[in-house]
Amino acid sequence: MSSKLSEHHANPALAHHFEDADQQFEASTLGMWTFLVTEIMFFGGLFLGYIVYRSLYPVAFAEASNLLDYRLGAINTAILICSSLTMVLAVRAAQLSHRRSLIVYLLLTIVLGSVFLGNKVVEYSHKFHEHLVPGPNFGPAAALTDPQHSQLFFSFYFGMTGLHALHMIIGIGILLALVFQARQGRFSADYFTPVDITGLYWHFVDIVWIFLFPLLYLISRV
Amino acid sequence: MSKHVIIPQKIYILVFVTLLMLTLVTVDVAFYDAGWLNIYIAMTIATCKALLVVLYFMHVRYSPRLTWLFVSAGFFWFLIMIVFTLSDYLTREVLAKPGF
Repeated sequence: MSSKLSEHHANPALAHHFEDADQQFEASTLGMWTFLVTEIMFFGGLFLGYIVYRSLYPVAFAEASNLLDYRLGAINTAILICSSLTMVLAVRAAQLSHRRSLIVYLLLTIVLGSVFLGNKVVEYSHKFHEHLVPGPNFGPAAALTDPQHSQLFFSFYFGMTGLHALHMIIGIGILLALVFQARQGRFSADYFTPVDITGLYWHFVDIVWIFLFPLLYLISRV
Repeated sequence: MSKHVIIPQKIYILVFVTLLMLTLVTVDVAFYDAGWLNIYIAMTIATCKALLVVLYFMHVRYSPRLTWLFVSAGFFWFLIMIVFTLSDYLTREVLAKPGF
């Protein structure tokens, strides 16, 4: 018991209702995973809707998908994977109490995330110019066999990538807060839970994109 | 924080390179006509990538059993939703035929 008490004195980040730092860390990780499970449900509904409508209107979805630039999608996938690597290295730097490399890796993650979003802005503005946005102005130059349901594809495209981008924006905001806190020396091998948990969030957003990319960009490319 | 496994940088780089290679493969494979198989190939590759991210980048491989349980419960629920819904939608035409 006395050793537990001394750990509480030694580690100011340890809350009084936890036995030790390991227990506190495990509780935080589990809490984050619980949140991520609700995120699976959140995106899951959209994925399900996409799958059902794609199975109902395969031709309309394939034609609409071919209007997307798969190269931009592939580049963005690679950028996001790079940002996942820098994120995981940031967590590792925090685990090793390397404050400087922690900040560098966090900043790199922010930069890569921003490049992804910038790429997305370019893509979206192309879609606006090409009249591919669902609504009264929908009218792509290419002849479509079933424009109405191709419009449905673009609703899924904008809905899903838009929500994904919103998650990225929130993630970048959290990363900026982490950089600020890391500069103040809040994280070390004794306490790096916020970095670890933000990592979980960031990787989850990466996983969503890993599924979005082939589903949206790579239908019937033959 | 004695129990934490600090994973060697080499493993992270290896996972990273594998993820990039699988991205190239998934793009390349999309240009071969495998008919209805295409989507299953793409989803298998995506699932492999997701698994790598979950196990290594999200440290689930090194996490306690309870985390394992939560993670697998989440994805299992997602599978139930997809499989049960598709078992309805994909069989409607079959069942509508005379003789059923």
